[in-house]
Amino acid sequence: MAGALLLTLMLAPAVAALGCIVFRQARIAEWLNLGAASVSFAAAIPLTMLSAGGPRHYWANYIVVDMLGAWVALCGAIVYLLASIYAVGYMRLLGEDEKLWGFYALFALFALTIFACVVMNDAGLYWIAVELTTLVSTFLVGFERAAESIEAAWKYIIIVSAGISLALLGTVLFYWSGSFVLGPTYQMTWDVLREAAPRMNPQLVTLSFLLVLVGYGTKVGLAPMHTWLPDAHSESPAPISAMLSGALLNAAMLGIVRYLAIVDSAGVGPLTRTTLVAFGIASLLVGTLFIVRQNGVKRLMAYSSVEHMGVIALGFGFGGPLGVIGALYHMLNHSLNKSLMFFGAGNIMRSLGSKDISSLRGVWIRFPVQGALWLAGAVAITGAPPFGLFLSELVILRAGLTQSFAWAVYITLVLLIVIFVGFLNHFRVMYFEPEEKQSAAPVSAWCVAPMWLSLIPLLILGLWWPHAIWDHLTAIARVLSGAGS
Amino acid sequence: MLTTQLDPLAASLFSLMAIASLVLAFVMLGSRWLNNYLYAFALESWIIAALSASVAYYGGYPELYLIAFLTALFRGLVLPFLIWRIMRRLDVSRELHEILQPSSALVVGALGVVFALVVAYHIGDSMGLASRVAVLALTVMLSMKLIGFLMLAVRREALSQILGLLVLENGIFLGAQILIPGMPLLIEIVILFDLLIIVACFGVLIQYLVANVGSTSSRDLKRLVG
Repeated sequence: MAGALLLTLMLAPAVAALGCIVFRQARIAEWLNLGAASVSFAAAIPLTMLSAGGPRHYWANYIVVDMLGAWVALCGAIVYLLASIYAVGYMRLLGEDEKLWGFYALFALFALTIFACVVMNDAGLYWIAVELTTLVSTFLVGFERAAESIEAAWKYIIIVSAGISLALLGTVLFYWSGSFVLGPTYQMTWDVLREAAPRMNPQLVTLSFLLVLVGYGTKVGLAPMHTWLPDAHSESPAPISAMLSGALLNAAMLGIVRYLAIVDSAGVGPLTRTTLVAFGIASLLVGTLFIVRQNGVKRLMAYSSVEHMGVIALGFGFGGPLGVIGALYHMLNHSLNKSLMFFGAGNIMRSLGSKDISSLRGVWIRFPVQGALWLAGAVAITGAPPFGLFLSELVILRAGLTQSFAWAVYITLVLLIVIFVGFLNHFRVMYFEPEEKQSAAPVSAWCVAPMWLSLIPLLILGLWWPHAIWDHLTAIARVLSGAGS
Repeated sequence: MLTTQLDPLAASLFSLMAIASLVLAFVMLGSRWLNNYLYAFALESWIIAALSASVAYYGGYPELYLIAFLTALFRGLVLPFLIWRIMRRLDVSRELHEILQPSSALVVGALGVVFALVVAYHIGDSMGLASRVAVLALTVMLSMKLIGFLMLAVRREALSQILGLLVLENGIFLGAQILIPGMPLLIEIVILFDLLIIVACFGVLIQYLVANVGSTSSRDLKRLVG
């Protein structure tokens, strides 16, 4: 059953990509991609529920469906569905119908590579899957072919490839340290590494982990390796920004979390966690500084992603059941919320024809409905109640207070308050400053519907944390802490 | 473990090849002609292929012969050819605006090697490694990593950046042949193919750069800031 679901999850985008290439028709490609996204989403939900029954291995142990992976896949599938709905409306506005089939083929492939990251059981294959996400998404970032988007794509591929080569070095060194325990040839699955970890050389394990952390941290967008992120997120078409932010970053974070479980079982001391927490704080700090003085509306959202990845890194860095639960819940909430924010930003940018906050005025008067949705999203993304991110940030901060990271919690609190003020100040300017004469083009229902679809669950998740989800996340935290499998 | 039971001839052969690749990395660092980078890179790849073959011979890993062949084919022939084609199309023959003069870059690179040596010895000590080859492999691996990053940082031409990335990967691949010859074949082959795709992607992107930005130097990529 789980095998069939996994196959559905992966095959749907693969078939859609193939279909796009065969038919080369914008309208057909749209529907193929949307269909694939719905099928993947429909498969991801039961897959997540089934994964609670214990990890399942396929294809000679190269593929695994475990709770952690399935959860990240679910976050990815949600964003993929929302972004596919949105893309139908948004990409038509670009007026490049003859190239759209290529866009949708890459879009579906991008989703496929993200799902592939999530289910890889071999540390080497995981590295390759992450590398493939970069290669596919580079062309999506540069899709609009403006000088800015090509520049962003170039920076993206160079910085991320260089960063991720550090992760390859870390992977090789992990394999080497494992080879003293397991012999020269073994399959480098997460479980094998974890069982062998207590007998590995602690210094080598620490060095390998730090390399892996910096490598995958580049892909996650942790400061100071985040420099590609604002460019890529702001210059790609809005549905791709949502995918990058809501799906890709989580898939890269997954690698860090899996390695973190390995070094935990190696017992190499507090250095690894402290480093992760330090990266989290650095990301929050960079996010804060650039959010306060930001003029690009999508760059604002991009720096907010840096900030939230910092918060998630803090959650996993603090550790303990609460830290992991909070971080995982934050992944889901952030995926929903950041999609909403990028959709709103894309709509407003397209209608008013500018991407600078300084020239966007009178948003509320022009767009009463989607303006309200976007504003609610902005309140949510700064971590204010009654939305989901408030709950998850609270849990993460609580997790930090119980252990030796209290200093990080206080810094985070201050930075979150500054972000709240800075972020909403930009919205005050866009919503309430007197408007200049601008002509606004209308946007289609395709572009507004996904905003509803992300805001409503976000509100529900903020008012009510379902028991099923809490239990599921607790079980993941238990597995990660090594208490049982 | 391969590196604990080597006969002296094999050990010195491995060391020689590792050091030769490191020297070639310095050749790339010290030159400003793109042609030289390319030849040094191709030669380095051939040396790594030879290293794979000799590890296969002395260590008794027959599957490494395949890796040696694929390395020579992909890294030694196909990749240099792809890059040569891009180079010819671009009509750029040298680095014009490096941040660091090649001579200063060499000095910084040497400092990098010293740093890598310290780290490798530290790790080697803590593991009680008897064999000097493993420590040397680790040193070369880390040094080529640092030199690759240095090239990425001080060079502006798109092609130099690609070659910088390839030096990063070559360093890892070289170290991996000596340290973990038993790494599963599947992974190594996939990584080789992956590299090919990366360079193909770079090729396409460079065309876009030329068409839409009008330059292949990262000096001109400064629209996106803040």
